[in-house]
Amino acid sequence: MDDWTTLGYLAAAVLFILGLKRLSRPRTAVRGNQFGATGMLIAVVVTLADNSILSFEWIVGGLVLGAAVGALLAVRVQMTGMPELVALFNGFGGGASVLVAAASYIEASDLDTASARLSAAAALASLIGALTFTGSLIAFGKLQESLRWSGFPGMRIVSVTGAAAAVAFGILMVVDASNPLWLWLLVAVGAVLGVLVVSPIGGADMPVVIALLNSLSGMAAVAAGFVLDNSLLIIAGSLVGASGLILTQIMCVAMNRSLPAVMFSPAPSGAGGPSADDVYAGKVRSTSADDVAMLLESAERVAVVPGYGLAVAQAQHAVRDLARRLEERGTEVVFGIHPVAGRMPGHMNVLLAEAEISYEKLIEMDDINPTFEQTDVTIVLGANDVVNPVARTDPSSPIAGMPILDVDKSGVVVVIKRSLSPGFAGIPNPLFAADNSMMLFGDGREAVVGITKALQQI
Amino acid sequence: MDLLVAVTLFVMAVFLGVELITKVPPTLHTPLMSGSNAISGITIVGALVAAGADHRTFTTVLGFAAVTLAMINVVGGFLVTHRMLHMFRPKRRRDAPAGSGGGES
Repeated sequence: MDDWTTLGYLAAAVLFILGLKRLSRPRTAVRGNQFGATGMLIAVVVTLADNSILSFEWIVGGLVLGAAVGALLAVRVQMTGMPELVALFNGFGGGASVLVAAASYIEASDLDTASARLSAAAALASLIGALTFTGSLIAFGKLQESLRWSGFPGMRIVSVTGAAAAVAFGILMVVDASNPLWLWLLVAVGAVLGVLVVSPIGGADMPVVIALLNSLSGMAAVAAGFVLDNSLLIIAGSLVGASGLILTQIMCVAMNRSLPAVMFSPAPSGAGGPSADDVYAGKVRSTSADDVAMLLESAERVAVVPGYGLAVAQAQHAVRDLARRLEERGTEVVFGIHPVAGRMPGHMNVLLAEAEISYEKLIEMDDINPTFEQTDVTIVLGANDVVNPVARTDPSSPIAGMPILDVDKSGVVVVIKRSLSPGFAGIPNPLFAADNSMMLFGDGREAVVGITKALQQI
Repeated sequence: MDLLVAVTLFVMAVFLGVELITKVPPTLHTPLMSGSNAISGITIVGALVAAGADHRTFTTVLGFAAVTLAMINVVGGFLVTHRMLHMFRPKRRRDAPAGSGGGES
């Protein structure tokens, strides 16, 4: 590798750092992303110009094919489908790292130049990359709701055995570099582990998984960097690995669960707590769009608390129309965003931004909670566990201690929901039966459109 | 590159990444994730080397597949992040009545 290549990589690394820095502020984020893309372009160009590239036919084919597919996916995806796409891209990054490590290891194996360091790095890259690849595909399937399989009894024993086998194959790769069989066995075990680890996780835990897979795709690039002895892969991969870990941490704190708890004891069960009948019987009040419109008409401050149901019902534009209508009447409208609402970090913010709702109106949990007492009407739209007051009151509940949005403290709570079915935690929500709550049953988008219409007729 | 130098790079970059990302507003969590995801497509550099090494057909094909996957990751990631961030830009609405966009006033 010549000096120009090294300098080009340095420039790319600096651009990645500046880009990530700018991505963390709304005003500079667009520029930050452009910095990142420029850095990537420089990295690709100096690599192509480097003497170590001998044949270009396959490269051009891969570049054109990948760019076309990537661009198509990016342009066509709907904002509600963003978690799936991010999961998919994570997986492709991890998959690419496996293939890079495999190609380098096989070449070194053929030439008998595989050092212990190269082999060990290739083993790590294969394992992490393969796990990221299949784990992301499973996450993709779960987010699309086309995959409901969540494992089989005794799966944990298989996982532990698989992890032990992975370590063994990794050691064999180092000891016996002449035989690529160990590499492929390790890749296979990594792929199976990805499936086993992600399959049992679902629903509200998805933001944690996606952030973690994001981090792993960076770590796979780091390992590939150690294989190729490439400083840029190490630096850029570490930056991504670190940012993914921080997001994972933020998501775990927002759910008051530890990462091991999310990964290894998923699906909290609602067993043992009060049954749905005890909580709801005779106390749930159902309401109509017209009645909600009457309430809103006299409200001075309205808070909207969206959840995953907003994404499912594609209700973001309908909500925007309702908010505009209310604001024209002089009502203050704010949006309360729980950090883990939706299926990936920041999911709600993206959807509401798509509907052109200013991000200044999206209030974080810690900032909006003290203001619910001064809020006349709170509309809960497709959210459940993140507004369940049991988290504050019942220490034995599966969600005990999870920070929630204190919507029950506002004047009136209107819950728009299809039914009284429980959320991901599987427990009934006393909010639905509270004296100041009423349920508006139905599809989220239709319900909001109905309220807006009724409001116009007043 | 000396192994210890490489490890030093790795550790420093992780600390730098932590410092850079710690204070990101939740509004930007998704674009940050898809943007950093695009950066993790840096594996494309390794993929180009593998595909262009001309060692034997099998490794070239592996390299080709790696270039394709990494390129989807890179191009798709940066593009979709751009699309998302575009929506976050403060908008001047022509159809809004004058003075209604002020917020606090």
